[in-house]
Amino acid sequence: MGTPALAAAPGPDRVKELTHFVRQECGFCHGLQLTGGLGSSLTSAALRDKPSEALIAATLYGLPGTAMPGWAPFLSVDDATWIVNTLKKGFPQ
Amino acid sequence: MSTSAKGLAAYHGPTPPCKRPALGASFLDKTAKGLATGTLTAIKHGVAMLCLCAVPALAAASSVPAIMPTGDLGLVVERASGSLLQVNTSRHAILRRIEGLGDLSHASLVFSRDERYAFVFGRDGGLTKIDMLSGAIVKRVIQSGNSIGGAISQDGRIVAAANYTPGGVKFFDADSLELLAEVPTDSKVVGLEDSTDNRFAFSLWENARGEGEIWVADLSENPRAPRISKFPNIGKQPYDALISPDGRWYVAGLFGEKGVAVLDMWHLERGVKRALPDYGKTDPKLPVYKMPHLETWAMVGNLAFIPGVGRHEVVIVDVSTWQQVGAIPVAGQPVFVIARPDGRHLWVNFAFPHYDTVQVIDVEARQIVKTLQPGKAVLHMEFTPRGEAVWLSVRDANRVEIYDTRTQSKRTELPAQAPSGIFFTPRAHRFGL
Ligand code: HEC
Repeated sequence: MGTPALAAAPGPDRVKELTHFVRQECGFCHGLQLTGGLGSSLTSAALRDKPSEALIAATLYGLPGTAMPGWAPFLSVDDATWIVNTLKKGFPQ
Repeated sequence: MSTSAKGLAAYHGPTPPCKRPALGASFLDKTAKGLATGTLTAIKHGVAMLCLCAVPALAAASSVPAIMPTGDLGLVVERASGSLLQVNTSRHAILRRIEGLGDLSHASLVFSRDERYAFVFGRDGGLTKIDMLSGAIVKRVIQSGNSIGGAISQDGRIVAAANYTPGGVKFFDADSLELLAEVPTDSKVVGLEDSTDNRFAFSLWENARGEGEIWVADLSENPRAPRISKFPNIGKQPYDALISPDGRWYVAGLFGEKGVAVLDMWHLERGVKRALPDYGKTDPKLPVYKMPHLETWAMVGNLAFIPGVGRHEVVIVDVSTWQQVGAIPVAGQPVFVIARPDGRHLWVNFAFPHYDTVQVIDVEARQIVKTLQPGKAVLHMEFTPRGEAVWLSVRDANRVEIYDTRTQSKRTELPAQAPSGIFFTPRAHRFGL
């Protein structure tokens, strides 16, 4: 997953990679089912009503003062936007 | 003893006597290759294959050898599929797959002191008791919404589970899994460790005031009414803890600030002390993608070798003074630093994005002697009891790799679905494992 930030919106291959990435890498803290762990729940119910911009910023730059790291070195803005939109809808298996 | 000798012979012999026909030895050899695919169905249906008869057969339901020693067995967590692989560490073999354990991301387990049962703590709050002889799930309770790990008491009678939501620790009878007592907290609980005199210590990640705490539950008098000692304000965000191999020192790592919190289990009255003032996250620009694990701080003599936090180094601490006495630069942020049982080498794995690498450090020379690239996502490492081999789980490669620790070269590999934690039964006899 060392791919640097991509400029284009994620294509099908990237979507597959990102799906695995979120389940596994984010899952360490947020749970494989994304229902929460050390990190908060990232289920549709938990995120639906929160502003996407803030969630995308959290994904890319982290939340200072918390254990949430920024993933900008590995995710483009488009990647993060796709992740947040997909989380809000309910993340696929 | 004669029966057990017979059992052993049956176990290793080429055509061991078997009460009933079972799956053939050739099947077992194939298991390694076939597990991920076709052979799996046989395993799925719970066919007992502990009796390694050379009778290629239609497998009777329960044909285990009269005596099946468990001292060289283990379990590998398959985190995505909610299953466990039962393995034999002498023969480098997979015995069977045990399914139906729920969400096993970040799952851990402990063994009963007779090494017969495993207690598995799942992310979904499931606590499952497994019989290592039959591979059967003896009992399963959903004890909370979201759990992180557990421990077993010194006398082996009480199993404790640490929970995130709702936060707290629950104590269960190891025989029946009946709930004995519950200690609620207003925080996620981390770093639950068993200690001497049927006590458990654990940490509160962040209470309502945003502070960390350490609590000790004493179940020596009455397991249904634990006596709790609370140590508030021990520092910000303790993320994991360890108990020293003698059960005396409980040490919590802090994520929200520098240093560690240390409690002497011999002298609770002395309270929690802070140590290692320079240890911890220093640079906010060095993000921590995965929390280091402390459970197994590698101790060699007076020295403890611990993972740096957000730093690419293994930190060396003199535990007689609790001072940092050195650091060894490594390939990434360490997650586990484990010492070969004789203390000569350390094996280190790393957090994302360096999790395809494992490094071996020579303790005397304090130098890296080997850098291995087993593949993406080496999540865990476990030594055999005397350390001639180490098993690595390589998640995305769907395999477990077994290394000879003398030559640090790969001996063999076994297929496993997204393996994470590896646990061998001799953990039963050690504190904090
Ligand atoms: C090292 C642990 C860790 C990892 C890995 C991690 N997170 Fe987090 N994350 C956290 C924590 C802790 C919080 C909650 C911070 C708080 O508010 O206390 C959080 C919060 C968040 C939030 C804000 C949620 C909200 O309700 O406001 C988002 C979005 C998020 N994480 C996304 C991700 C994504 C996407 C990944 C993977 C690319 C990821 N996280 C990986 C620890 C982690």
